[in-house]
Amino acid sequence: MSSRSRRWQEVLLTTPSFLWLVVFFLVPTALVFILAFRPSDPFGGIGRGWTLGTIRALADPQYLAIAWRTLWVSFATTALCMLLALPTGYTLARASARRRQVLLMLIIVPFWTSFLIRVFAWKSILHPEGIIKKALVFLGAVDANASLLYNLGAVVLVTVYTFLPFAILPIYAAAEKFDYRLIEAARDLGARPFTAFRRVFIPGIRQGLVTAVLVVFIPALGSYVIPDIVGGPGSELLGNKIAQRVFVDRNLPLAGGLSIVLILAVLMPLLAVLALQRQGSRVAPRRGEERP
Amino acid sequence: MRRSRFPFIMTGLVLAFFYLPILILVVDSFNAARFGGAWRGFSLKWYGRLFHEPAIWEAARNTLVIALLVTFISLILGTTAALALHRFARSRLQRFHYTLVYTPLVVPEILMGISLLMAFVASGIELGMLTIILAHVSFCVSYVALVVLGRLQDFDYTIMEAAHDLGASGWTATRRVLLPMLAPGLAAAGLIAFTLSVDDFVITFFVAGPGATTLPIRVYSMIKHGATPLINALSTLLLALTFTTVFVSQRLSKSGALEGGQ
Repeated sequence: MSSRSRRWQEVLLTTPSFLWLVVFFLVPTALVFILAFRPSDPFGGIGRGWTLGTIRALADPQYLAIAWRTLWVSFATTALCMLLALPTGYTLARASARRRQVLLMLIIVPFWTSFLIRVFAWKSILHPEGIIKKALVFLGAVDANASLLYNLGAVVLVTVYTFLPFAILPIYAAAEKFDYRLIEAARDLGARPFTAFRRVFIPGIRQGLVTAVLVVFIPALGSYVIPDIVGGPGSELLGNKIAQRVFVDRNLPLAGGLSIVLILAVLMPLLAVLALQRQGSRVAPRRGEERP
Repeated sequence: MRRSRFPFIMTGLVLAFFYLPILILVVDSFNAARFGGAWRGFSLKWYGRLFHEPAIWEAARNTLVIALLVTFISLILGTTAALALHRFARSRLQRFHYTLVYTPLVVPEILMGISLLMAFVASGIELGMLTIILAHVSFCVSYVALVVLGRLQDFDYTIMEAAHDLGASGWTATRRVLLPMLAPGLAAAGLIAFTLSVDDFVITFFVAGPGATTLPIRVYSMIKHGATPLINALSTLLLALTFTTVFVSQRLSKSGALEGGQ
C-alpha cells in the first residue's frame, strides 16, 4: 500500500469518531469552563457579558461544606469497597476454573441490571416498613424510631453496593497473575500469614489496587442519584447541588462553576496516580520492601 | 499449607449483599400488600396495574427507539475508531485519538450531562429525543471502540494479506474476511451500547427536556412519587429481561461477551 493511500485511509477511519468526540465531548467540556464566567439570564439561559460573580458565589461556606462532605463520602466508600473487594478478588483468583467462571458470572450479572432499580431496591428495604429495619428492631440493634434511610450512612452503603463490582474485577485480574509461590516462600522464611499478605501479596497486586481505587473514587465523587434517593437534606453532595442549580433554580453558570470544582476534584487523584507511577518507574521498589 | 477460610466467607457475604436487595424486590412484586415488609399473600395485581399505565409503555417505546439508533451509530463510529487505533497505532494523531476515546470513560456521568446540556442550550438545539440520542452515542462510542479494539488485537492480519494475494480488493477483503471475524466482538460491543443506552439515567435526565421521557426517567419519577409496588413489578420484568439477554448472549458467544464490559 502506498504511503499516501495509507495516510488517506487513516484520515477516513479516524474522522467520524474524532469529529464526534470533539463536538460532543471536548467542546462541551470546554464550554463548562467558559460559561461559568457568564451571567445567567432570567429565562434559565446564558446571559451576555462576563462576570466573576459565579466564582465568588462558590466561596459560600455552604458549598465548601458540601465539597468537603463529597470528598469524605468518596473516601469512606472507596475504603469499604477495597476492604470487601480484596478477599473477593483473591477468592476468585484462587478458585478452580469452573468455580471461578460461576463466581465471576454471579458478580457481573448484578451490574448489568438497571442502576436505578438497584438503588430503589435499597430504598425499599431500608424503609421504616422494610425488612432490614424490622429485623434490626427485632434484634434490638436499633431503636424503633431510628431511621435507616435519608442519612449519610445509607448513601455510603448504597454507593458501596453500586461500585463494588468495579473494584472486584481489577483486583481479581491482578490477583490472577500473582505468583502465589512468593507467599509460600515468605511463609517458609517465617512470615506469619497476615505479614505475608501485607508485605508480599499487596505490593504484588498494586496495579490492580490502584485501578480499583480510581474506578470507585472517581464516580463516587460525581454521585448524584444515590444521595438524591436514599439521602436526606444533610447528605447532599456536589452532584446534587449541580442538579439543583440546573433543575430547581435554572442557574446554568453556577452549575458550571460547581462542575469545575468537581472536575478539579476528579483530576486530583488521577494526577496523584500519574505522579506516583512516574516516581515508581524511576525507582522500582523491590517486592515486599518497606517503603517510607 | 492450609489456606485461611476468611476470604471465602467474605466472598459469600459479598454475594449475599449483591443479591439480597434484588431478591427482596422480586418477592415484594408478588406481595399483595401496598408496602413491602409484611406478606399479605401472593398477587399478580401490580403486574395487571402495569398494563393500565400508558405513560410507562410510551417511555419503553422511546427507550427502545433511542437504544436501537444509538447502538447502530455508535457501532459504526466505534468500529472505525478501533480500526484506526489498531492499524495506525504508532501515529501521533492516534495517540491523541486514543486519549479522546478513553477520557469519557473516566469522566463522572454528571459532568458529561451538564456539559452536553450547556452545549445544547448554547447552540439553541431543542431538547428532546434528538439530544438524548446525540448524548448517548457520545458515551457509547468509547465502550464500542475499546471492545472492538480488544478483538482486533487478537486478529491475525496475515489473513487479510492472504485475501489480497488471492485477488480481493480492499473493500471485499474487509467485508468478507475482517467483518465476519470481528462479528462476535461487534455483537458484544453492540450489546454493551444497547444496555448502556437503555439503562442511562443521569445524562439522559440532563438532556431530555420536558417532551421526551425514557424508561429510567419514568422509573425515577415513580420512585420520587412513591409508586412502590408498581416499580417492584416493572423492575422484576426488567430484571427478567436482563437475565435472559445475558444468558442468551453467553450462549451465543461462549467467551468474551461479558469481559467486554470492563
